[in-house]
Amino acid sequence: MVAPTTPETKVVFKRPESFTDVTTHYCPGCTHGVAHRLVAEVIDEMGLREKTIGVAPVGCSVFAYKYFNMDFVEAAHGRAPAMATGIKRVLPQKTIFTYQGDGDLASIGMAEIMHAAARGENISVIFINNAIFGMTGGQMAPTTLPGMKTTSSPFGRDVELTGFPIRMSEMLATMDGAGYIVRRSLHDAKHIRQSKKAIRMAIETQERGLGFSMVELLSSCPTNWKVAPDEALKFIAESMIPVFPLGDYKVRPELAGLRV
Amino acid sequence: MAKELLKGNEAFAEAAIRAGCEGFYGYPITPSTEFLEYMAKRMPQLGRAFVQAESEVAAINMVYGGACTGKRVMTASSSPGVSLMMEGISYIAGTEVPAVIVNVMRGGPGLGNIAPSQGDYHQMVKGGGHGDYFPIVLAPASVQEAIDYISLAFDLADKYRNIVHVIVDGNMGQMMEPAELPPMRELPKDPPSWAVTGAEGRQPNFLSSIYIDPADEEVTNIRLVKRWMEIEKNEIRYSEYLMEDAEFAVIGFGTAGRVASSAIRAAREEGVKVGLFRPITLAPFPKKQIEEISKRVKRILVVEMNTGMMLDDVAAIVQGRVPVEFYGRLGGMTPFPDEILDEIRRVADNKAPINGDARAEWISRLEKIVEEGR
Repeated sequence: MVAPTTPETKVVFKRPESFTDVTTHYCPGCTHGVAHRLVAEVIDEMGLREKTIGVAPVGCSVFAYKYFNMDFVEAAHGRAPAMATGIKRVLPQKTIFTYQGDGDLASIGMAEIMHAAARGENISVIFINNAIFGMTGGQMAPTTLPGMKTTSSPFGRDVELTGFPIRMSEMLATMDGAGYIVRRSLHDAKHIRQSKKAIRMAIETQERGLGFSMVELLSSCPTNWKVAPDEALKFIAESMIPVFPLGDYKVRPELAGLRV
Repeated sequence: MAKELLKGNEAFAEAAIRAGCEGFYGYPITPSTEFLEYMAKRMPQLGRAFVQAESEVAAINMVYGGACTGKRVMTASSSPGVSLMMEGISYIAGTEVPAVIVNVMRGGPGLGNIAPSQGDYHQMVKGGGHGDYFPIVLAPASVQEAIDYISLAFDLADKYRNIVHVIVDGNMGQMMEPAELPPMRELPKDPPSWAVTGAEGRQPNFLSSIYIDPADEEVTNIRLVKRWMEIEKNEIRYSEYLMEDAEFAVIGFGTAGRVASSAIRAAREEGVKVGLFRPITLAPFPKKQIEEISKRVKRILVVEMNTGMMLDDVAAIVQGRVPVEFYGRLGGMTPFPDEILDEIRRVADNKAPINGDARAEWISRLEKIVEEGR
């Protein structure tokens, strides 16, 4: 797509340079695409595309690298924060972010994310919480809500047998190495705008060398939740937010005055 | 530079630094820990990266990330730690990025113990991780050789974009002996073209082991195996000792080979024409050389500090041309030269064919030795 550039025409909306022009593999109504675009817009606006290296996870966003027009690597399941650490420590001037789902980050990758935060690893993490394993077809995640039906909790998540949802932002906020930890949601336009600001703040945290940053984004999975896209967005607002309250869990004082 | 008295693990770490290692990511484990401790001190002094990871799983994935930037990076660990790294090792192999892994092997399986062993032969030489890939495996037998081969390991890793394992046992990690370190190499100024460094003024680079279409994965597998065949052609390394007129050949790698060389000197004094063939590259394995030896000696004795893992590879090459016998110590036990001398004498006198399985014959002899030892 070529953007119109005649003097009379003012461009008000275009594909970010950090975004590639390819067809998405995500399901209709999935908010991964929105999250991807927000990251791309922020990297464009900060002029960081040529110094950014992304780390893709395993899960639905295993193909994240296809959508970002920048250097990318593809980590093993849950290991993105370790891989990002390996890169950042030998290239400290570059901007490094991981993009991870809840199975990747909160289940198999729990050790890697906790220790990256504890070390104050100067990387940014985009954490997609949709309360389910998407890629493998809708199994229970550590973030699955009590009573929620999945293919591996077919009668609804029974907390007596399978425990309770893990609140990652709250836990990571206890780490002294964390600079910026917030939870946002992608269920409507207002919250999407807030999510974008948060992503900007996370990258600003990294650029200022203020330690580990993470934006948790409550996201929808209509396919595996087995609901229509609009109902999925309602589910985020009505069922997920009460369990995963939105908010700023850790903001280093140096960031408090920053307006983005 | 003159020879100094150097401790194995520390010398190996300094050798890696001088070879241009810019990132070390590790986790403490005996008997390799001094490697990490040395790196913790030296790397920050040089402005290079050192991270004590939360686990070997994280450490190898940090190596994976570092390797993707085109910098020389590595880890060092011991047997159970290397088991944990196998996932990341497979990803590194699948992504075709260079990395060096030093395994200071100890007794196993399981938690085992912290004494020297060669029981990781299969894990290191045959791959260990999942999928179709081929690591280069170097098995030095002295502190000096390890210093030299750690430098070589980085060169081979870069040249072939391949994993290089350097395997030594706890003996070599812990021993002190005179050795000479090479001069410090200059670090390369520009990253290789495939590295991820931020796509400044060029098309983005993407590094991954994902080939979702089996047809693409097959093409990748073909590329990997063709590269391996090239490595087999170019990189075979071994050492021979008193082999010119040998009627009997001892084949052993690392410490086992080194202990055998003392026994061979003693046997020569007794008039037994025996020599040592010591593979240094366990992968690629010196198949042609062993085949040639099997055509000119009367009998072969394989000596290892495991249950005969390399024995199977040697027997497959010899194909029954001459009897192949075996002697091994296990579980962290290092054989004494006298034990191997006894074995050389026995093998030199033994005119009988191998009665079935060399391993079975050895086990009955070893059980007696173990019994007497107690």
